[in-house]
Amino acid sequence: MNWNLFFGELVSGLTLGSIYALIALGYTMVYGILKLLNFAHGDVYMVGAYVAFFVLQWLGGPLNTDVAGWLAIAIMFLVAMLACGMLGVGIERFAYRRLRNAPRIAPLISALGVSIFLQNSALLLWGPNFRDYGTFDLINVKSYRVGANFLISNIQILTIVTSIVLMIVLTLLVSRTRTGKAMRATSFDREAAEMMGISVDGVVSFTFFVGSALAAAAGVMFVILFGQASPLMGFTAGLKGFTAAVVGGIGSIPGAMLGGYLIGLLEAFATGYLPGGSTYANLYVFALLIAMFLLRPSGLLGSPTIQKV
Amino acid sequence: MSAPADGSPPDGSPVTGPTEEAAEAPKVGVDEWVARHEERRQAHGGLTGAVIQGWDRVPPAGHLAILFAPFVVFGFVANEGNLYRYGLITLIYALLALGLNVVVGFAGLLDLGYIAFFGVGAYAFGIMASGHSGHHLPAELAVPIAVAFTALVGLLLGLTSWRVSGDYLAIVTLFFLQAFVIFVNNANGGPSDWSYPFVGKVDITGGANGLDQIDPLRFFGYSISTTKGYYFYTLISLAVLMAMLFFVNRSRTGRAWRSLREDPLAAEVMSIPVNRLKLLAFVFGAAIAGYCGTIFGSVQSGAFPGDYDVGLLITIYAIAILGGLGSIGGVVIGALIVNGVPELLRSSENARLLFYGALVVGLFLAMRPWYRPVVVIVGTIAFGFVVHGVAGAVWPRGTAGHIQGGARLAGPLEHWVLLPTHPGRIGGWAYFALIAMALVLTLVRGWWRTLLLIPTLYLAAFVWENELVEQVSGATRLILLGALLVVIMNVRPSGIFGTARVEVV
Repeated sequence: MNWNLFFGELVSGLTLGSIYALIALGYTMVYGILKLLNFAHGDVYMVGAYVAFFVLQWLGGPLNTDVAGWLAIAIMFLVAMLACGMLGVGIERFAYRRLRNAPRIAPLISALGVSIFLQNSALLLWGPNFRDYGTFDLINVKSYRVGANFLISNIQILTIVTSIVLMIVLTLLVSRTRTGKAMRATSFDREAAEMMGISVDGVVSFTFFVGSALAAAAGVMFVILFGQASPLMGFTAGLKGFTAAVVGGIGSIPGAMLGGYLIGLLEAFATGYLPGGSTYANLYVFALLIAMFLLRPSGLLGSPTIQKV
Repeated sequence: MSAPADGSPPDGSPVTGPTEEAAEAPKVGVDEWVARHEERRQAHGGLTGAVIQGWDRVPPAGHLAILFAPFVVFGFVANEGNLYRYGLITLIYALLALGLNVVVGFAGLLDLGYIAFFGVGAYAFGIMASGHSGHHLPAELAVPIAVAFTALVGLLLGLTSWRVSGDYLAIVTLFFLQAFVIFVNNANGGPSDWSYPFVGKVDITGGANGLDQIDPLRFFGYSISTTKGYYFYTLISLAVLMAMLFFVNRSRTGRAWRSLREDPLAAEVMSIPVNRLKLLAFVFGAAIAGYCGTIFGSVQSGAFPGDYDVGLLITIYAIAILGGLGSIGGVVIGALIVNGVPELLRSSENARLLFYGALVVGLFLAMRPWYRPVVVIVGTIAFGFVVHGVAGAVWPRGTAGHIQGGARLAGPLEHWVLLPTHPGRIGGWAYFALIAMALVLTLVRGWWRTLLLIPTLYLAAFVWENELVEQVSGATRLILLGALLVVIMNVRPSGIFGTARVEVV
């Protein structure tokens, strides 16, 4: 067995998985509370990548930043997450709020509209081509070798660790704080929560803020890892994030993380091992989604839903 | 009504009060809103009421004739280029939206992979009849086979709807569209393609370059070779399909679909075969899209991966929604608006007239009483000249630019709109500001809205002249469509020509 290839795909699968997991978290949180599929989520991720890109440009470009490399990265994360969080709140306020009690199809179509709007606004303002760094040298890129074949770069470590930290913070936020309690209550029963004095609008806005900020973090990671951004990058990534959320069990936060890593690993190993993998990796992910729906619609960690009449 | 509830003696003496009230109340089992619908239709006074009542009196075949008469006339008078851009493409879109109407409008299944069927039809036809594949089946064989094959693919995708419903179905079908695009982009037998069992690498779709040299439609030796021929072929197809759907909609199946749309669970309880109906809707929709694909493939004499994309999906959805989901005639009007308007926008002279015209008409339609829009328009014009004057003094670069493409309005506009020489970054910020102001407008009421409209409109003109007008056929079109979908869903979810749905709780 070629261990070099195996470990290479493992590491790239974990890094990709971190990105998908962060996107999936936004899907799963919004779905848990509103039972709404936010199609625009992938495009928020795209906007996050662009914001990071522009922040870096503003700081002097990837080669000679005005501030220390790690600080530049921190600023990129912070600005992108704040901006996209606000974007998410705005989307909810203007495109979804009025439709909360409309027939199910209305908010979905509205979400589709927002998605295409964001995508083409990016196309209009920032052009159809990839924005590319060329070389990325913010922090000194190094590769560490563990044992004979295990090779990992510090950027990959940064990505994986950041995503894990964000997920821990999110889990604590949902399970330990008052706001988290309000979120769980709203997700359990919106009307009852409202009667108990929880501001449902506030909780929904907050959920959109957090979810979109996580998507933006994923976008920044993508920029740091691959050094590029394009207006259409959000669409496929959004689909995969959703697949990750479904595979893990939609509505479940640990499930979204698990699903994200699974999809990332599947994609990486498909590229390495399956026939036609590098071109058709997305098709394998699609097959997994279908299989999941047929075999276990509630996902790996989700609880089956009972429909009340 | 058997036992009076007010405690009157049950000896048969007439109890007048409650009976009269009961006569006014709607029939049992009929929602009050639905029951009063006819009254409210007739309540329209004046010209509108007369038109509605007249329209209602015409038989359905007459509706079809009225709807199609302008198309027939247009087909005979227009030149080839206009016939293709305004006529044929509109008809193809209408046909596509008609099929989508079956899946989404009748049966209520949110199928976001619909455009893939359009592509499957075109590619299937192309494989059977093109110079690329080397086969040249006559259309009377190739078209039915392509349609049947598309229907089969629709059946397979529809099978997922047994286990997956609502939002999940939407994402599965959207992913299917994505998978289709990836497949046709790569299945050219190249080095990165699959190697199939038994046959090895095969060139199926021509990959990113597309499947070219598709034959024109050739039925029994007679080949359609002109745009006019395709136009009338599509027009007849559309008329036949519309008539067919009219009867399907009124049939047992149509009613069952509607019950499925309103409440799948209740439908199932009423022993309606929900799963079979879902499949039927998918197959029906896919077959129509596939048929449409065969036309489009031979019109373009090629099938290219970029044509079957999410952009087209949004376009078709916008048409179906604008026309009103579930409304059969609405798709034609929706297609006219969604395809015709951007085509008119393509030359910047028309675009300018249309843009400002639409703003003015929209203002007069949306605002009451009449003097408010007048105030807004006069205010905006004055505001513009003031801003232009001030900017000319302090920021000369801001007025130095020129309007793109000469036009009738160019002269006065250059003295009104700020036109920086390099609008790049300023245009971008103005675009953000315009979105923000439009959103704020939805939050304020009364005179505040009227006042705020003045700078918003001026900003809209600025963004239009500096940013949007450049990309009218690309990004701008889709931006407007996306915004349109959001606005329609928020303001009038039933579409312009659809009847409002009643949510019975």
